[in-house]
Amino acid sequence: MSFLIDSSIMVTSQVLFFGFGWLFFMRQLFKDYEVRQYVVQVIFSVTFAFSCTMFELIIFEILGVLNSSSRYFHWKLNLCVILLILVFMVPFYIGYFVVSNIRLLHRQKLLFACLLWLTFMYFFWKLGDPFPILSPKHGILSIEQLISRVGVIGVTLMALLSGFGAVNCPYTYMSYFLRNVTDADILALERRLLQTMDMIVSKKKRIAVAHRTMFQRGEVHNKPTGFWGMIKSVTTSVAGSENLSLIQQEVDALEELSRQLFLETADLHATKERIEYSKTFQGKYFNVLGYFFSIYCVWKIFMATINIVFDRVGKTDPVTRGIEITVNYLGIQFDVKFWSQHISFILVGIIIVTSIRGLLITLTKFFYAISSSKSSNVIVLLLAQIMGMYFVSSVLLIRMSMPLEYRTIITEVLGELQFNFYHRWFDVIFLVSALSSILFLYLAHKQAPEKHMAL
Amino acid sequence: MAALDRVKVLVLGDSGVGKSSLVHLLCQNQMLGNPSWTVGCSVDVRIHDYKEGTPEEKTYYIELWDVGGSVGSATSVKSTRAVFYNLLNGIILVHDLTNKKSSQNLYRWSLEALNRDVAPAGVLVTNGDYDREQFADNQIPLLVIGTKLDQIPETKRNEVLTRTAFLAEDFNAEEINLDCTNPRYLAAGSSNAVKLSRFFDKIPGFTERKRFGGGALKSLHYD
Repeated sequence: MSFLIDSSIMVTSQVLFFGFGWLFFMRQLFKDYEVRQYVVQVIFSVTFAFSCTMFELIIFEILGVLNSSSRYFHWKLNLCVILLILVFMVPFYIGYFVVSNIRLLHRQKLLFACLLWLTFMYFFWKLGDPFPILSPKHGILSIEQLISRVGVIGVTLMALLSGFGAVNCPYTYMSYFLRNVTDADILALERRLLQTMDMIVSKKKRIAVAHRTMFQRGEVHNKPTGFWGMIKSVTTSVAGSENLSLIQQEVDALEELSRQLFLETADLHATKERIEYSKTFQGKYFNVLGYFFSIYCVWKIFMATINIVFDRVGKTDPVTRGIEITVNYLGIQFDVKFWSQHISFILVGIIIVTSIRGLLITLTKFFYAISSSKSSNVIVLLLAQIMGMYFVSSVLLIRMSMPLEYRTIITEVLGELQFNFYHRWFDVIFLVSALSSILFLYLAHKQAPEKHMAL
Repeated sequence: MAALDRVKVLVLGDSGVGKSSLVHLLCQNQMLGNPSWTVGCSVDVRIHDYKEGTPEEKTYYIELWDVGGSVGSATSVKSTRAVFYNLLNGIILVHDLTNKKSSQNLYRWSLEALNRDVAPAGVLVTNGDYDREQFADNQIPLLVIGTKLDQIPETKRNEVLTRTAFLAEDFNAEEINLDCTNPRYLAAGSSNAVKLSRFFDKIPGFTERKRFGGGALKSLHYD
């Protein structure tokens, strides 16, 4: 009986998450496009719903809501469904939509989609070889095999995003890094841009006039094509056409220049807007926040290095350690069990919410940057895949932040994975990502003022 | 060659509707072989015979400025684009017949280009609300072009064409629906070609044309 009640609660919450994912898709991601293939929207919302359900189960675990056995059942069920989606459905549909974009393969769409999916499965399987993630006593088609590989990909993604985010966040928040841009700079650059456009126009006018006179005189200007055309063009070259090709080259160079100037102008406008924003109250608040984040970022890099160098994996979670410190050193006595439950609930809750929110915002930014009307379906499915893998690995890693008594369910459900490996791998990739982001931002920052000096 | 004065027509629309293909078709009478992203603005030139066939026939260059981007971009991107909206004489609004959102975004595109002109102080009216009053005294001629006509199946054509007719009426403009990969749609003598000529002829007073916008950039305009 209680199992039915528990299941109905789970199903209701899943429907809610599904609805939220649907709305997010429609309002945020696909704001400027028309949804023609509803299957894409459904897959995205389903992935989102099941990922959020996993987090919900963790919260229920901490709070002790629902029956223990029904929780375990739902964990297993949820995990199976998510793995099914991430390993079978989404890659297949990605292959299907990629193939439908290519006109040549229209007839045998399904066949090629299956071929693509098989290639994906091959590489996915091969991914497990170089990593010491499994004990050999598991069978081929067990959940552990799939989860371990999904975990590797997801943890890599998490560490990359987190490393870049940790460095980029203070860089964008702090106004110390803002370059000084005046209105005069912008005007000067715009003037150059318009002058370049005018030069392009005058050259194109000459080309158009030349074409027209040749057309009117009856010479049709044929570009030499093919083998015989090239041989012919060696002996009989029209003087006019040589001139034209020279002008055309100049136009191409000028067009490239105009693109560069446009991008620089856009950059200057964006910087000017940021300068104005930093003068407002909100801007100042973010500036201060940026200083705190930079300290946090340095500390995290330091901890990651220590973990790798001293081969140390934290055994106790921050909550228990914090409580131990307060009890032992500060002498404050309070009910450890009661408080550890609530504090870990809050901590885990914050981690979950910020990671979901951060991921959705990052995905939206990526989507706006790289999608076009043709590839929007493929990109959304790729994002759904990334999101699913990210959330699965968050569950893996969150295990470390929870007190021992709550960890057991995750260990039971996910099977015997080498959790320590995943933490080590996270630290390594985080360090690599953070250091290369620092290098990258440093170079980008250095290069920009030089460009303006040259004006 | 008769006196060739300067006429600037903006080609606006969402990303991916086919503005670059359209401009290439209008200027080179050929299909664009390798369409790619337009960064910034690309210009092409079309030679137009004003009042063709009459004694007052004159030949003009028409510059087609194809401005890339999305209508929902950040304010800084919009102010960067605004530098191209100076001194414009006509606007061609391009939308994709297979994508309704691109048609709806045309209102915002036209407001962005026209408001830049009307308020030379540089204040962008960005609430995006469409108000017919603002188009009532608009002197700049508009033309609405729908692309990718070949991708609409025959059965749906009627409802799509009705919708676009309403759209064109809102702008008080003519409309042309075509497929940018097929020069046949703009063949000489076809109704589309006639509409196109009429649009270019509408551009007010080639010799005494009004100058819009201005401010610091006015001095840049040189013949």
